[in-house]
Amino acid sequence: MKDSSAHTDPKTTATAASISITDLSLSFPIFHGGARSLKKMLLKRGKSLLASARGLQTGGTVTLGQGETGTVYIEALRDISLSITAGERVGLIGHNGAGKSTLLRVMAGIYMPEAPNVHIQGKVAPLLDLLSGMNPQLTGRENISLFGHQKGFNSTQISKLEKDVEAFAQLDDFLDLPVRLYSTGMTIRLGFGLATSITPQILLMDEWFMAGDFHFQERAEKRLASVVDSTDILVITSHALGVLEKWCTRLIWMEHGQIRMDGPVKPVMAAYRAESEQNNQKDHA
Amino acid sequence: MMASSGSSAQFSGSGLPTQPDRASRSRLVSAFNDIVGGLRLWRLALSLGWLDIRLQFNGSRIGPFWLTLTTGVMVGSMGLIYSQLFHLVLHDYLPYLAISLILWQAGLSSLIQESCSTFTRAAETLRSVNMPYSVQAFRTMVRCGIMFGYNIIVPIVVFLALGVWPGLTMLLAIPAIAVWLANNVALCLLLGSACARFRDIPPIVGSILQIMFYITPVIWEPKQLGNTTFWLYFNPFYALLEIVRRPFLGQMPDPTLWMIAGGFSLTLWILALFVFSRSRSRLAFWI
Repeated sequence: MKDSSAHTDPKTTATAASISITDLSLSFPIFHGGARSLKKMLLKRGKSLLASARGLQTGGTVTLGQGETGTVYIEALRDISLSITAGERVGLIGHNGAGKSTLLRVMAGIYMPEAPNVHIQGKVAPLLDLLSGMNPQLTGRENISLFGHQKGFNSTQISKLEKDVEAFAQLDDFLDLPVRLYSTGMTIRLGFGLATSITPQILLMDEWFMAGDFHFQERAEKRLASVVDSTDILVITSHALGVLEKWCTRLIWMEHGQIRMDGPVKPVMAAYRAESEQNNQKDHA
Repeated sequence: MMASSGSSAQFSGSGLPTQPDRASRSRLVSAFNDIVGGLRLWRLALSLGWLDIRLQFNGSRIGPFWLTLTTGVMVGSMGLIYSQLFHLVLHDYLPYLAISLILWQAGLSSLIQESCSTFTRAAETLRSVNMPYSVQAFRTMVRCGIMFGYNIIVPIVVFLALGVWPGLTMLLAIPAIAVWLANNVALCLLLGSACARFRDIPPIVGSILQIMFYITPVIWEPKQLGNTTFWLYFNPFYALLEIVRRPFLGQMPDPTLWMIAGGFSLTLWILALFVFSRSRSRLAFWI
């Protein structure tokens, strides 16, 4: 935690954090039928080879898709181009399935880490999943030290991390019980405490973090504010427009895997609200 | 990028030359970086592997010693029956059977089978945290190594009980076991990636191992083959098994076998790097 704080001040960092994506399209392969089976795939390939050798398929075009008929591609992102520079606080808005979470995963380097048109500069901390790599069978304390190992900490750094998270999460005795026994709120407290215990250059957050009871929300916001202040880039997705208005300097509105609108908070929010209202009126009519 | 050829269009706007050799070189570089990154996180791999074992035996008083116990019972009963079947003297046969069975079951066979689930069992983590994929390979290696450690107690107890101590030659098994563990990492990268894509590979691997168990001298001795022993050189499992087994029996392994084992390991690693570097960027979609 200590050494990471040295990276966070934009003035002292050698390379400022940045995210640049040009013309990115991403399709998920969805496997069904025999697409998960090696035997079936080999058989199909063999058949199609034989068939083409015999010249039986002259009439119709059978697209075997390289012998994987069961594979369907779902386009999650299409022609995404954006660049985010240090100091920006970006909010992603859009309906469910608009591609917000997929885009976050691309920024986190989880999807397509080798794509030549995605450049991510700086240390990234993704808060994408509630469990974020926690093992529900292990106790909270064990998960904390696992998280520390994940960050490459040594034992003194880990014990410091443990104290920090323990104080924030306020789980008391539950910290020594397996995480699977936790309520959702308690898991959030632990996950949030862990994720915000380090200060990354780029912080990516999915909307789950805004859950939790009111008392927790207040403390979470305070802690988040201190982390956000020292990060270079923040990207969050949320359906809570108030949250985005408060935290962000820029909004990206996504629709069907594409960027519908990108710009300062006020105009994008106004356009988004206007359309949502229109849709609502249509539904009522 | 993805499994189909049409996916190369995904990078159409990148403006970079998509020369195949250049792309594969950069893929290899990232695969290397992944492995180096995984090695740096050795502490994580170590604790993940330990926790896997601990969780598996959660709630049992003797914990992982269950492994030792079940193996001990199996070796004892098999030794009694097989020495009758083959008309062998138990005192001579039991040490051989004990070490061979353990090296196969807790060694080669389990190293291969466990490597299949390297990435699939960590799916949740891999989808939400960006950490080197190779951490999962090292984690599997640690888990297999620990299980092996608990199992190897059985033949050592047998040696002590029957008074056939192999002596210092046993230390020659250490480099051979290191080769095994290195191969285990390669297998994790190779089979782990392949099994993430094709879910019917683990049963195929299981069937192959079943066959290998019978055609490799595990419960029978190579010399029983007589003049046809030569054919065993074509079985890499034989070479891998012998370089560890012979030292435990107080004998020097045949240098030819070391060469075969070495050549096989090298081939395995090249194959593993090839497959892993090609599937690394797709693994997140497969699991």
